[in-house]
Amino acid sequence: MESERAYDRWRRDYDAAKLRRPSFATMSGIEVDPVYGPPDGEFPGVYPYTRGIHASMYRTRLWTMRMFAGFGTAVDTNRRFREIIAAGGTGLSTAFDMPTLLGLDSDDPMSLGEVGRCGVAIDSIDDVRDLFRDIDLSAITTSMTINSPAAIMLALFVAQAEEAGVARARLGGTLQNDILKEYQAQKEFVFPPRQSMRLVRDTIAFTAAEMPKWNSVSVSGYHIREAGSTAAEELAFTLANGFAYLELAREAGLSVDEVAPRLSFFFNAHIDFFEEIAKYRAARRIWATWLRNHYRAADERSWQLRFHTQTAGVSLTAQQPENNLARTAIEALAGVLGGTQSLHTNSMDEALALPSEKAARLALRTQQIIAHETNVANVADPLGGSWYVEALTDEMERQAESLFAELMDMGDGSMLEGCIRGIEQNWFQHHIAESAYQLERAFNRGERIIVGVNDFLDGNEAEDLELLRITNEDERKQITRLATVRQRRDDDAVRRARERLATEAADPEVNLMPALIDAARAEVTVGEMMATMAGVFGRYVEVPVL
Amino acid sequence: MTVRVLVAKVGLDGHDRGIKVVARILRDAGMEVVYTGLFQTPESVAVAAIQEDVDVVGLSMLSGAHMTLAPLVVEALRQRDSSIPVVVGGIVPSNDVADLKAAGVAAVFGPGASDEEIVGAITSLVSPAE
Repeated sequence: MESERAYDRWRRDYDAAKLRRPSFATMSGIEVDPVYGPPDGEFPGVYPYTRGIHASMYRTRLWTMRMFAGFGTAVDTNRRFREIIAAGGTGLSTAFDMPTLLGLDSDDPMSLGEVGRCGVAIDSIDDVRDLFRDIDLSAITTSMTINSPAAIMLALFVAQAEEAGVARARLGGTLQNDILKEYQAQKEFVFPPRQSMRLVRDTIAFTAAEMPKWNSVSVSGYHIREAGSTAAEELAFTLANGFAYLELAREAGLSVDEVAPRLSFFFNAHIDFFEEIAKYRAARRIWATWLRNHYRAADERSWQLRFHTQTAGVSLTAQQPENNLARTAIEALAGVLGGTQSLHTNSMDEALALPSEKAARLALRTQQIIAHETNVANVADPLGGSWYVEALTDEMERQAESLFAELMDMGDGSMLEGCIRGIEQNWFQHHIAESAYQLERAFNRGERIIVGVNDFLDGNEAEDLELLRITNEDERKQITRLATVRQRRDDDAVRRARERLATEAADPEVNLMPALIDAARAEVTVGEMMATMAGVFGRYVEVPVL
Repeated sequence: MTVRVLVAKVGLDGHDRGIKVVARILRDAGMEVVYTGLFQTPESVAVAAIQEDVDVVGLSMLSGAHMTLAPLVVEALRQRDSSIPVVVGGIVPSNDVADLKAAGVAAVFGPGASDEEIVGAITSLVSPAE
């Protein structure tokens, strides 16, 4: 295998691949090759995968158009999920509200004004029952965008599925579960970093042993970029976090090849078109190189970086919001030319509110236009070989390697330790805040033009978009639902489950997943499970850097 | 006299990019800026503002909870007999601006507000009495 030429390997895999169409041609009828380049160059589907992880790329299957949804109560979101499935969707992606993301119950005083607002409110297994009512969990995949309480959400999901007769081994899906970027960028943390990493370790080990179809971590650069980093920082911090989770799993006795194929990535698609494409190309090459050479992974699937892309929310403007359709289309195209496996396109109204139904549909239509009208999906890595894109790809890699070297230094040779110390020492936070400030300076000096914001202002007065309004009605409904659960459940069972959880949390050798599943079955709430663990783990207070 | 500003994140919203950038803009403009970190309550903000003897409180709100939380911060200050003006920046639909002002918020800065606009508004909130 080692000696097989890249071209021969590619040719063999391409010829064996099922294709969407018998032939691929331009609009004018010119037949096009699956990939272009010199015969001794790099090929898609072949190490180091700069040009894509599959030999036939989108000729076999287009990217997954995975749109993220969740609002109000579980009943509301269940209705939306069933619409998605009825329209042919095979993947669900759950957005949780802010209290759930921070492990607070809906009746917690801190939850005031936030229940059901940015996503669905989940307080106990009772809500999970309603969330997935009449949905066959063995037939769809479920993505859950949650981090601090990720282990709890997994436990609730497993407990509910088993109650509905679906064994955990048959459940397919993804848990975001990327706690490192919470401290670095998204800031929805609860426990201190090391205690949080123990929970990540427990979920990785549990899913490796019992849930063969489950992706344990979606390593996310998206939020790092939205928080203000440069493209190279997004790339470097995300991959470094990925390496850290591998090292964490290795400490728990798992091999790199048991874990790496279950990690997926999530990147931003910002507005600097070529830089973004270079970033995705560099990401694949770096991951493959490090996995093979540094972590000694033997399985090719461990070398292949799979990623989801979302267009940049932060690039959208409240002024002349229709302009955001153009921004999102350009960003989405960068994701596709960069070889993404799945894509979420933002709605034009997202600088103002959660998407309206019409705006969400336009966002999906944008992907469908790229997929079905432009023919860009006919050729793998169409920009490979461009002197500009190749030079930018090399530069992305160079900058990332230099940041890795700093992290390795900080961690005395361990990326896991480097990432944790980098958080504790505000190294990441400082990098991100500084880059955000520099971008703002450039904007304020007029060096960076944002159409409709600091130039081309005609039309800014009109604001006639229909926005989605979320009322406090859902908050009241959810609090009533929760009160019913608290009243009817067996208090002794709740107490016993919480005691077990506290005892096991105190012993770092124990995997907490069984205790959490037990607690989920006893209708212990998310807030109670978090509070019980916080009693042992403590809570993290960030020292803010300005 | 140096203008003192407390910038704060109230509630569960962790988006802290804007608040950090604005804090530095205010510092660049010669103001003293206090930032108390994430997950504050209306009460903790009011107490800190009074203790730190600031001239203005700036809230950064991007999660949609501004209509619930911003008035509570104004109220918490007034309950403590403080007249420190409260300004809000972040994602606030234009229809909400009038309601926030009716609830006692002195100024609202939407996305894309320029440095001059923010610094100018805060300066004029502080100086009219002098």
